[in-house]
Amino acid sequence: MYDIESLYEARSVDDACRALADDPQAIVVAGGTDVLVKCREGKLAGAHLVSVHNLTEELCGVRLEQDGTVWIGPITWFHGVTTSPVAQRAVQTLCDACDTPGGPQLRVSGTIGGNVCNAATSADTASTLLAYGALLDVRSVRGTRTIPIGEWYTGPGSCVRERDEVLVGIRIPRASYEGWTGHYFKYGKRRALEIATMGCCCLVRLSADKARVDDIRLAFGVAAPTPIRARGAEDGVRGLTVADAAEKIGLLAQRDTNPRDSWRASREFRLQLIKEMSRRSLLEAARRGGADI
Amino acid sequence: MEKYREVGRQVKRVDARDKVTGRAMFTDDLCPKPCLVAKILHSTIGNGRVISMDVTQAKVVPGVVGVFTCFDVPKTTFPVAGHPWYAASAAAKRDVADRRLLDDRVRIYGDNIAAVVAEDEVAANRALRKIKVEYEEYPVTYDPREAMRGTNPPVQEGKPDNVVGHTLAVTPEDRLRAMGYSSVEDAVRDPRYHHFAFHAFTGEQSQAHIEVCVSYCYEENGKLTCVSSTQIPHICRRIIGQALGIPWGSVRVIKPYIGGGFGTKQDIHFEPLNAWLCHQVGGRCVKLELSREECFWDTSGRQPKDFEAEASVGDDMRLHARSIKAWSNTGGYIHHGHALVLNSVNTFRWLYHTQEDAIRCEAWTVHTNGPHTGAMRAYGVPEGIWCAECLMGDIAHDMGWDGVEFRMRNAIVPGYVDEFSPSNTISYRTDGLRACVERGKRLIGWDEKRREYAHQEGPIRRGVGVALLVYKTAVAPFALETSNCQITLNQDGTFQLQMGATEIGQGADTVFCQMAAEAIGVRTEDIHIVSTQDTDVAPYDPGAYASRQTFVSGAACKDAGQKMRERILELAARLYPDAQGGLDLRDHAVWDAAGNRLVDLPELALEAYYNLHRTDQISTRGQATVHQNALVTGCTFCDVTVDVPLAQVTVNKIVSVQDNGRLMNPKLVEQQMHGGMAQSIGFALSEELLVDPKTGRVRNATLLDYKVPTAMDVPELIAENVETQDPMGPYGNKAVGETPIISPAPAIRDAILNATGVKFYEMPMTPQRLFEGFKREGLI
Amino acid sequence: MDMRILKCTLNGRPVQVGYDPRESLLDTLRDRLHMTSVKRGCEVGECGACTVLIDGVATDTCLYLTDWAQGKDIVTVEGLQAPDGTLNPVQQAFVDEFAVQCGFCIPGIIMSAMEMVNSGRTYTREEIRKNLSGYLCRCTGYMNVINGVEKAVDIVNGHVGAGEQDASDVDWSQRVKDGLEADCAR
Repeated sequence: MYDIESLYEARSVDDACRALADDPQAIVVAGGTDVLVKCREGKLAGAHLVSVHNLTEELCGVRLEQDGTVWIGPITWFHGVTTSPVAQRAVQTLCDACDTPGGPQLRVSGTIGGNVCNAATSADTASTLLAYGALLDVRSVRGTRTIPIGEWYTGPGSCVRERDEVLVGIRIPRASYEGWTGHYFKYGKRRALEIATMGCCCLVRLSADKARVDDIRLAFGVAAPTPIRARGAEDGVRGLTVADAAEKIGLLAQRDTNPRDSWRASREFRLQLIKEMSRRSLLEAARRGGADI
Repeated sequence: MEKYREVGRQVKRVDARDKVTGRAMFTDDLCPKPCLVAKILHSTIGNGRVISMDVTQAKVVPGVVGVFTCFDVPKTTFPVAGHPWYAASAAAKRDVADRRLLDDRVRIYGDNIAAVVAEDEVAANRALRKIKVEYEEYPVTYDPREAMRGTNPPVQEGKPDNVVGHTLAVTPEDRLRAMGYSSVEDAVRDPRYHHFAFHAFTGEQSQAHIEVCVSYCYEENGKLTCVSSTQIPHICRRIIGQALGIPWGSVRVIKPYIGGGFGTKQDIHFEPLNAWLCHQVGGRCVKLELSREECFWDTSGRQPKDFEAEASVGDDMRLHARSIKAWSNTGGYIHHGHALVLNSVNTFRWLYHTQEDAIRCEAWTVHTNGPHTGAMRAYGVPEGIWCAECLMGDIAHDMGWDGVEFRMRNAIVPGYVDEFSPSNTISYRTDGLRACVERGKRLIGWDEKRREYAHQEGPIRRGVGVALLVYKTAVAPFALETSNCQITLNQDGTFQLQMGATEIGQGADTVFCQMAAEAIGVRTEDIHIVSTQDTDVAPYDPGAYASRQTFVSGAACKDAGQKMRERILELAARLYPDAQGGLDLRDHAVWDAAGNRLVDLPELALEAYYNLHRTDQISTRGQATVHQNALVTGCTFCDVTVDVPLAQVTVNKIVSVQDNGRLMNPKLVEQQMHGGMAQSIGFALSEELLVDPKTGRVRNATLLDYKVPTAMDVPELIAENVETQDPMGPYGNKAVGETPIISPAPAIRDAILNATGVKFYEMPMTPQRLFEGFKREGLI
Repeated sequence: MDMRILKCTLNGRPVQVGYDPRESLLDTLRDRLHMTSVKRGCEVGECGACTVLIDGVATDTCLYLTDWAQGKDIVTVEGLQAPDGTLNPVQQAFVDEFAVQCGFCIPGIIMSAMEMVNSGRTYTREEIRKNLSGYLCRCTGYMNVINGVEKAVDIVNGHVGAGEQDASDVDWSQRVKDGLEADCAR
């Protein structure tokens, strides 16, 4: 039994916003896999919960909008993203990333929006959404605003979303995915039920002859206090042949990142992973784009 | 080998149907709800003393029934290990009593200093957060060798050097002098031989059974009843009695199905506190269920150990001398104490001491402010064999020898008797080791793979490795081995079998049914086992540990079965005085020597119960006091891929072959081997409880951060056996429960060495350690 | 908090039960509905022992508030036997393949196996491993569990192409018999 003080099942997003506005202690719960764990630990003991768990009509699903934007409802399960035909066609690398948190049961409770709002640097979808340049729509009684994911994270486990704001949509614009292929590489100590020791997403757009990296986006989780883009590495390999880019990207990525030393893994080991995973992710992303290597 | 009808049959598990339908009841499944719940307050320092506690605010939390602190409980100390107790005539063998229900002397981070009983867990947890504690703090020591230099105050009173136990087994001086050596060290360093030495470390593995530790207590009929997830119900009863200072007969312990134990539940951690709290609230039912996190830091994992090992070896592949020093960290409390590391250094010796000139095995067990540690599957043996095999692997690698050939030149041979053990009772009588190794070599493709993997370069490499094992069944000759069993004839000619020994998932109930059926001369299906042990009625047996039950309790079971058979035949002889010659019980009937079917067993059973002139519900008691043991041997071969830049090891194929004596049920043996192999793979590569040396706090007390392998991490497991007939086992059997966890880890280490040339001495070989090793050797 | 009433379907039958909104579905199933096959192992979604089918999906109930179960169709191991007591093919395969040791994680694992059986398709061993990767089993090394799942799925779906047949219509007892005969023939 959880130490929660109140539980309100919202009937609509507007209803949730109103409930969050009415009770200054209220917080949002969706899948429960983060919030309930914190209630149990005592960090959120006595929580006032506003549940958006049942708002599937408004907040669940993956669809292609008229302008080609991929819209992902924030309470879509990880598994829902992985198996969505729309997502598979447009943002396959996000599908792959959504197939890695926890185990199968967690992936039908945990939601992609929760993963974004929890704002952990180790969140499996974070580096991929960052690489895809996702736009995040949040709503409160004050109205709706859109935050590019690059401006979302403010520190370990924190983001710009206010307590009373509900994440209502994750959008990936057509230009961000069309022509791009990618690879999400999760490094863990087990093959399942794992928190990433390092997470790396590389998206590439190859030249017509598939030999060169026309453009690249490289993003990491656990390489810094928040998920980050390795822009120096991107700039350093853009325009190179795939082989040259693979050769160079590792060391460049190490310069862009600042992993911490912890009992889970040393900084030095994490830097080694950054180097090796960048290279392998780029190669795999390029292979998926048709490069012959 | 002897022929058996029921023993050796691949009988389905007697508990399987209940376990797949959800009808198998575990402790919390039986607990009446709602009931009161107890929660424990743990210290937030690793060494010190509680000066005062303010519980005023905790007491007024709605739903709280009682708050009890370390200042409220009796001063009594009691032992908690699942060891036999001893009569006054052998009182020196009794375990040390160093625990209290709650203690103001904080010895470990998270020590138990208060408890709350409440209507529900939320109220209990809220109350815990409201207790204010004032501490006096002392410095924390986690390194056993540092602790041996003395701490002020000592971790346990009266032990200024914190040493719990120290033993030394060494080749006698006269023998050394005859060879021209002044000491074993002198022998090991003899320049005519090749010398090898290293420091090694094995981490604290956690049992991580999926059912947490849980019990509930209530008073009834003037007695205190405790239903507990324990491996050792009779010992539990004794310890509750000792802890509460009440007659043991006024305690009743009930052990239903349990969701794994692997040694954790061979300690009586919390049942006494649960019982005491129950009494404080007037005998109402109180449940004490540990959280998963508490299971990690506040029950006893495998003792972490430091080793220094040395060896000298001749050009002829013959080991000349070896030495091992071991320091075992038992943490703040003694629990199983020195017996564990003694197993480490003993098995280090036994495995390869057939022709050595000299040996030296020294061991210390030391208190620190680390988590208390204790029994885990194979009880110190995997750590000792790890050291023995690190040495053998290094030598073979550096000398360019075939690892199998080198090991077999030195491995234990039939007739080996351990000169250092009491009364020469540890001896290797039946040998399947050579056949095991031959089989293992073929299954892995040893020779081909050694050739194939000989000259590899590049970031991703393959390797193949080997390790052997030796393991001694049961606790004799060091400790008491005893068991009792009861069999009763039912009216329909079937039998009730009641063991004192316990089913903990290992399949004991099924095997006992087979053994009883074999002895009586009926089918296994005719035996109904009473799976639950209720100490009010279950015969005495200390319980599940030391892979002792088929060997020791099996002897009691066989004894009861044979007596039952005799009693049945006696009854038949009385009822059929005209029968010709000796009688036989087979095919569910009694026959005479002329082949006449005298009476069907059900009909005879009705006579026993309802004969108008003379009735006798036939019930027999089997007993065994065992002074012998058996040595199990075997091997593991494995094939790995090492991804050097990512510091990742993948076990591609793993094969274990063991001589466990006669197999009571081949599929159940296979089950044990699969599980042990998976746990050993975890121990080798990922499982380690991490303690912050500054605070003594466990850092990774969750199933997320403590890395038990998942179905995606364990490869296909190949488990085989070479059967021998052990003369001491009741049916030629030796042991199997613990043996499979011993050899896989060092075999993986050997395969990594083969793949990369890098020698690892610390277990587990986590990605972090692999990275550091590859970096040190210039591979990264 | 005031009690609320849960109305849902449990093992094919409609149920109504009062619950405290602070309860997880694990609490309610165990303590109020006596579905004790649903085990508590970690309470934070890391062991899988509390898995049930919710609307056909294998879900950890420890992180699932009872409040969210309104109107759902819930299946536990208690609901798998045929009315005459015949074991479900998954249960039978777990018995036959010696998949069960201490048995504590087994009811959960069976629910994921049911999810695979109900999908109407067959699975490779690697797929089975992945689908079972949300469970920690400490006894079996997963070998015989995987053998059991593989056997059950093959018995039920082995002759059916993916998506061709809804497994809920299958005559399981016949399939089990066929499977056993095939075994004996081997």
